[in-house]
Amino acid sequence: MLRIFEFLYKIRTFLLFVLLEFLAVWMIVSNNSPQGAAFFNSSNAWAGKALEKQSEVVQFFSLAEANASLNSENALLKQKLLRHQAQPDSLPLQIDSLLEVRYKFIGARVIANSLRLSQNYITLNKGEKDGVKPGMGVFNSQGVVGRIKSVSENYAVAFSLLNTSLMLSAKIKTSDVFGSIQWNGTTSSEAQLLYVPRHVKVSKGDTILTSGFNAVFPEGILIGQISEVAVNQKDPNYLALTVQLSTDFSRLTYVYLVENPAFQELDSLQNQSVLTND
Amino acid sequence: MTSRNIISYSFLILTLVVVQLLFLKNLAVFGQAFGFLYLLGLLVLPRTLRTIPLMVLAFFLGLCIDVFFQTLGMHTSAATCFAFFKHIWLKISSPSGSYEESEELSLSQIGFVRYVSFALPLLFLHSLVFFVADHWGTGTFISVVSKSFFSSVFTFFLTILVQLLFFKRKRGIL
Repeated sequence: MLRIFEFLYKIRTFLLFVLLEFLAVWMIVSNNSPQGAAFFNSSNAWAGKALEKQSEVVQFFSLAEANASLNSENALLKQKLLRHQAQPDSLPLQIDSLLEVRYKFIGARVIANSLRLSQNYITLNKGEKDGVKPGMGVFNSQGVVGRIKSVSENYAVAFSLLNTSLMLSAKIKTSDVFGSIQWNGTTSSEAQLLYVPRHVKVSKGDTILTSGFNAVFPEGILIGQISEVAVNQKDPNYLALTVQLSTDFSRLTYVYLVENPAFQELDSLQNQSVLTND
Repeated sequence: MTSRNIISYSFLILTLVVVQLLFLKNLAVFGQAFGFLYLLGLLVLPRTLRTIPLMVLAFFLGLCIDVFFQTLGMHTSAATCFAFFKHIWLKISSPSGSYEESEELSLSQIGFVRYVSFALPLLFLHSLVFFVADHWGTGTFISVVSKSFFSSVFTFFLTILVQLLFFKRKRGIL
């Protein structure tokens, strides 16, 4: 028995090394599984505060640009609003449930962002207090940005679209054919559109929008444009499409969060029907 | 280690962490070379600090960086690995007796040639562990190796630059 203890004492450095590495790997795994609880990520209060102060200084220099883009978006929205404003009418109309507004929007500011790794995350300055929930979609005036991963009281962390574990449902605008957008980890301005069958006619420059099938994003938010069309080498039944992303991830400042209140209902319904199928 | 040393090393590590967090966060030269300057703090600590305390220090240092970088566990595992292999590599790479126990392992103390052979492989190991964790299951072998290589070389130049600019020539730091 004593020998065993002596032996263990002799290799104590190695044992501690293994223990610490095990802890680190456990952290990596629990941080990367979407459902896994996030313990010490930057949405915790201290780190969040420090990052917020830093971003306040850095983003001061891009204020003019942010203002201009908000302004132009405002103008566009005003124009659209004018078209939708109800004309006084003598005909009484029941409000149609089809036209019911299904989505809720929240504005937020990006306080930390990375784009050089293969698992990139974005930290936002809105949290549980402001009604942010895990699973909400994130986009800005340029296009889709990502999806909320975890939330603390005052801050939230989102998967960037530049995260190889995030997949979004997308469609080609002209043909309404749908597929999945996923980033392959190489360039921060391009992503891949997967599962588009080979018979579909696709050309360079076609617009890619969110499909609305996954109920995270409303239908029709811009993702990007097709920049390259080729046949998938691994599986020749599908096309390999490269999409030039419309969002400039290196300059994210203000973003919108979108929630579909019916998401829970839809999701559980879809899960149920999958269960009964098999 | 004297208390004066402990204070000056703590100050050095703290400064490096702040620089890493504020300035080197989104810096990647040509999208390939990352700068992990905080490793300089672990690198120059003399051998009187044994592997176990060094490893614990590296663990928490990595954790601190991870919390801010949203890379939970990646810097932690890489820095711990770095600390574990530091003394082993020192023993392998240099004939016995060529280092004094209390000697600071900085450029001015051990000379350029020994510094290269001591620091560069350790930095490469750190980058390799980091990028393997980052690319796990998604990236290609080539991109992991090339990113590790360029990052370690870039970090190496950063450590030399900092030492030339801010370390005192003969003794002590800052």
